[in-house]
Amino acid sequence: MRGLADIYTTLFRTDLAVQFQYRAAMAIWLIGRIVDTLVFLSVWTAVARSKGGQVGDFSSGDFAAYYIVMMMMGHLTFTWFMYEFEYRVRSGAFSPLLLQPLHPVHRDIAQNISYKFLTLAVMLPTVGLMVWIFDPVFDPPTWAIWAAIPVVLLAFLMRFFVEWALALVALWTTRTAAANQLYFAALLFFSGQMAPLSLLPEWLQTLAAILPFRWMLAFPTELLLGRLTPTEVLWGAATQVAWLGLSWGIMAAVWSRGVRRYSAVGS
Amino acid sequence: MAAQAPAINVRDLSKTYEVPVREGGLGAALKSLVQRQTRHVEAVKQISFAVAPGEIVGFLGPNGAGKTTSLKMLSGLLHPSGGQGRVLGFEPFKRQRDFLRQITLVMGNRNQLLWDIPVIDSFERNRAIYRLERSAYRQTVEELTALLDLAALLDKPVRNLSLGERMKCEIAAALLHKPQVLFLDEPTIGLDVTMQRRIRAFLTEYNQRYGATVLLTSHYMADVEALCKRVVVIHHGLLLFDGQLTELVQRFSPHKTIIVELENGHGDLGNYGEIVASSEGRVSLRVPKAETAQVTGRLLSEQPVLDLTVEDPPIEDVIEEVFERA
Repeated sequence: MRGLADIYTTLFRTDLAVQFQYRAAMAIWLIGRIVDTLVFLSVWTAVARSKGGQVGDFSSGDFAAYYIVMMMMGHLTFTWFMYEFEYRVRSGAFSPLLLQPLHPVHRDIAQNISYKFLTLAVMLPTVGLMVWIFDPVFDPPTWAIWAAIPVVLLAFLMRFFVEWALALVALWTTRTAAANQLYFAALLFFSGQMAPLSLLPEWLQTLAAILPFRWMLAFPTELLLGRLTPTEVLWGAATQVAWLGLSWGIMAAVWSRGVRRYSAVGS
Repeated sequence: MAAQAPAINVRDLSKTYEVPVREGGLGAALKSLVQRQTRHVEAVKQISFAVAPGEIVGFLGPNGAGKTTSLKMLSGLLHPSGGQGRVLGFEPFKRQRDFLRQITLVMGNRNQLLWDIPVIDSFERNRAIYRLERSAYRQTVEELTALLDLAALLDKPVRNLSLGERMKCEIAAALLHKPQVLFLDEPTIGLDVTMQRRIRAFLTEYNQRYGATVLLTSHYMADVEALCKRVVVIHHGLLLFDGQLTELVQRFSPHKTIIVELENGHGDLGNYGEIVASSEGRVSLRVPKAETAQVTGRLLSEQPVLDLTVEDPPIEDVIEEVFERA
């Protein structure tokens, strides 16, 4: 265990040093994320205003709070492996990872966390600025803020393993861009990024509850806005744990098969 | 006394790739959507050899002979299609941690060091990943720094290093965990002569100091001559020769080279053998091996010889001869 802690702190430290070299690229990524949020936020506050200040159970202040929290959730949980694996496999960069006595997932977790850590320095002031401009209605109960800590962590882990498992498809075919696009379209819609899920028709809400995306983003967002009862939060967290277990299992199975396939074909 | 178990033991090792076949053009592209055609390419065909602990063996063959495929199978990157390769008693493709901690694969055209950070930071990552004791790690870094002359490089980002400097650092990074078995695929590729020499000297020193087993491919025969007493030659996936380098020369080179220097510049020596080079009064003659003694005797009695030496032909020529015969 001490060995693994040492691995994580060393990887984290050196990854931070690498990320520092890409400040401009990082700033552009972050601007993209912020612009996305601003677009959704502007559209929905305009719709709310045109309907007399309210859409469903969302006022313009609620929309502002929803999209600012959603932006942070998106930032905390996102990964980029589905893009990166194709490159790794095509370029042969995957091979050295296989020859080290460490499962590559550990490197990726450390790298992801170091990126989030560094970019928080930009994200937090941005959130402050948006709060000042858009005047969100944000008044969650204290228990919800505490409950959000494990819920956000679970959301991060389940999204990480789902996307890592999907990224492994690159071990079979290196043309993964189209499949990735499908995944991200579903994510945009069913995670509550496009519109709060409570504004969707009943049957789409049911579908969203079955799929994993809601539990990655909409669920922690709704929790932090104080829109969920304690029972709903417990059920939601249990669903996250189930998805985490399932995605971990799928990842492990896909990993061993994928590596066997990779080592049959070569790089 | 029982014989020492080989560090690398290869029995009938084979690898067959399935390769998609498609002709050029749109029609063929559409057809391949419906009916995908593949063919099998046998990259390695039932090769067998063993390498004793501490031995350095040169693994030779032209491009596409199956050398890299074999090294990848032995290091655990590729699953063999048939036969078995055992390294330190492990089956490589299982990639058990205890196995991975004792081997290394260095490929001259691939890099593992992180591009943007100083070399020492990449070393530090390997220290953690291989779970090396800090004091032992520091000592290894010191030793490698001295042997490879890395002191001025450790604090530089990898992207600021020259090819040769980067290669030295790559090799050092690959050896921090003091592997017992080294698979080196073209470790001196693209390097200048001085740097090649330095890497060779280092590998000899590393081998002697730690008793490590080395299997090495190289297109530079100078590498092979300097490092390997024994060579394994493969061509089209088949094993052609396994033995001492000197034996390879004996067996595959039917010629010797006689270099003669004459008092009066150079006369006509064409009837003694084939003249392969001639400059500044020195003539190189290629003669059949069996006739060497007789031709030498004739030259000494019939010509005003100042100096005469008999040499084996360059190893490149011998290897070429091996491949031509195959």
